[in-house]
Amino acid sequence: MESIGVLLMCPMYSYLEQELQSRFNLFKLWQQPPSKITEFLKSNQRTIKAVVSNARVGVDAQLIDSLPNLEIVASFSVGFDKIDLKRCEEKGIRVTNTPDVLTDDVADLGIALILAVLRKICPCDGFVRSGKWKDGDFGLSTKFSSKPVGIVGLGRIGSAIAKRAQAFGCSISYHSRTQKPLKPYKYYDNIVDLAKNCSILVVACSLTDETRHIVNREVIDALGPRGILINVGRGAHVDEPELVSALLEGRLAGAGLDVYEDEPEVPEPLLRLDNVVLLPHVGSDTVETCNAMADLVLANLEAHFNSRPLPTPVI
Amino acid sequence: MTCSSVQVQPYLLEALEEKFTLHKLDTTTEPDKAARFLRSHRDSIRAVVGTAFVGADAELIDQLPNLEIVSSYSVGVDKIDLAKCKEKGIRVTNCPDVSTDDVADLALGLMLAVSRRLCPIDRYVRSGLWSKLGDYELTTKFSGKTVGIIGPGNIGMAIAKRAEAFGCPISYFSRSKKPACINYNYCPTVVDLAANCDILVVACALTPDTRHIINRDVIDALGPEGVLINIGRGPHVDEAELVSALLEGRLGGAGLDVFQDEPNVPEELFKLDNVVLMPHVGSATVEARKAMADLVVGNLEAHFLNKPLLTPVV
Repeated sequence: MESIGVLLMCPMYSYLEQELQSRFNLFKLWQQPPSKITEFLKSNQRTIKAVVSNARVGVDAQLIDSLPNLEIVASFSVGFDKIDLKRCEEKGIRVTNTPDVLTDDVADLGIALILAVLRKICPCDGFVRSGKWKDGDFGLSTKFSSKPVGIVGLGRIGSAIAKRAQAFGCSISYHSRTQKPLKPYKYYDNIVDLAKNCSILVVACSLTDETRHIVNREVIDALGPRGILINVGRGAHVDEPELVSALLEGRLAGAGLDVYEDEPEVPEPLLRLDNVVLLPHVGSDTVETCNAMADLVLANLEAHFNSRPLPTPVI
Repeated sequence: MTCSSVQVQPYLLEALEEKFTLHKLDTTTEPDKAARFLRSHRDSIRAVVGTAFVGADAELIDQLPNLEIVSSYSVGVDKIDLAKCKEKGIRVTNCPDVSTDDVADLALGLMLAVSRRLCPIDRYVRSGLWSKLGDYELTTKFSGKTVGIIGPGNIGMAIAKRAEAFGCPISYFSRSKKPACINYNYCPTVVDLAANCDILVVACALTPDTRHIINRDVIDALGPEGVLINIGRGPHVDEAELVSALLEGRLGGAGLDVFQDEPNVPEELFKLDNVVLMPHVGSATVEARKAMADLVVGNLEAHFLNKPLLTPVV
């Protein structure tokens, strides 16, 4: 196995890196100066048979084409929107991701964002630390329990968010490509109606051509000045300039964001707002889950190179 | 009819002013001024509206000879001298139930915020460090952690119900086993509970028995990976022990909505990333406070109309 070349696209997780290093011939793309990358890929293209990518750095057609012996792309993420699946399929390249092991963490973060936005947890914590409590009370926030929650995308993560929100007495409704007859929640075949009928809208679907900017001006208007938006999907799900202006103009009550259109850049006007919570794409960034995700990436690679069925193939 | 009240929300003040002659007692100014104020109104005051911060102690009760009812704008009545009220035939009411959900929500909010380091990470993004320094360090998973509840009353049970949806096994301590907790693991002592859970939540009422129920032994049992959540009262916890445990890494983290001497919070906690500090906002939502205000006024009206009290304690 030590002769099999694996290209690691960016720093991800030290445990994963160490294991890849010990099991394979590991190439670290980010250690090459940008001007030398083409040369580097050319000189190692016969050895590199696998690529490990993540939510931030994907695998486009250009990279695929420069690695003629590429057999498998294993992503350290559940989303695969940054991988050119079509090209991989054309070339018979397998693609794997890390579903299920991170469902709980992302769902937990979704609920954490709802609570943090509505109950102003971060501003309150700042209020205490600055000593301002001695001068008077913080003021009132808004209740979470029993508020109607609308979920965009009722897959593994969306369902896990729904289950948690129900325990807070929230009614659940959702929008997805197709209705899920086994799910006991109200279905809306369009996202505007969903937004009209909830006060907390959660984006939990995968990013595809159809879902890009699925949260646009019309949806934000329907959600309204008392509504809040939670995004644990991808930044591109939301028309970010529209979101920013809605928040600045009070046309939306608040937002909890873990993802942005151009990470790690966060729209500057958001940095000053008290009614938003801003996280740096940490949906699955716990020790427990990163270990499980790493093990799954390794399991997929091992299975492939030992001609066994892949644990979590996308294609 | 007249009332004396302290630092309450405008909605409640307006309702009280509309129906009664309201005297506002400002306990934050010099004691002499407060004393003079009480002396000049002592005979006309027949009701007191207290809060979680300032209630009706023996001294106040003695200064108001015509006091008939204390209606507390809170669930907790630990700041009211209940024995004295009973002695003098003074009725006491509180606001149970209407803020249960909000307090339970905040307990979960604190558990999630501590585990996932929400506040330091939000600050990290706001200070531009994400693009400068890269990713924040990994945090800890919440789902599936064992939650231990001290006091499985209305609030405790509401917390348990929510935590269960995150796959958290529930353990609890109370003076005796509760039939409603049949699916939860009963622990006969608080130390036992602390040793057998990852996140310990204080959700019981403050009484002489529960003062400092969280002491050094309990903190040691909870341990360096354990998290303490306090949405009860500050005096439930030996605050000095808690602070040193956090500073020395003997306790993994804490989410605190209440403190020994509010609004004073031990400043050594301010530099810690593994604590979340809230200014006693458990029931501080628009919705809960409106419902509580309605109960305060409703109880007062019932009393003065000789109708049964809505939510009597004494």
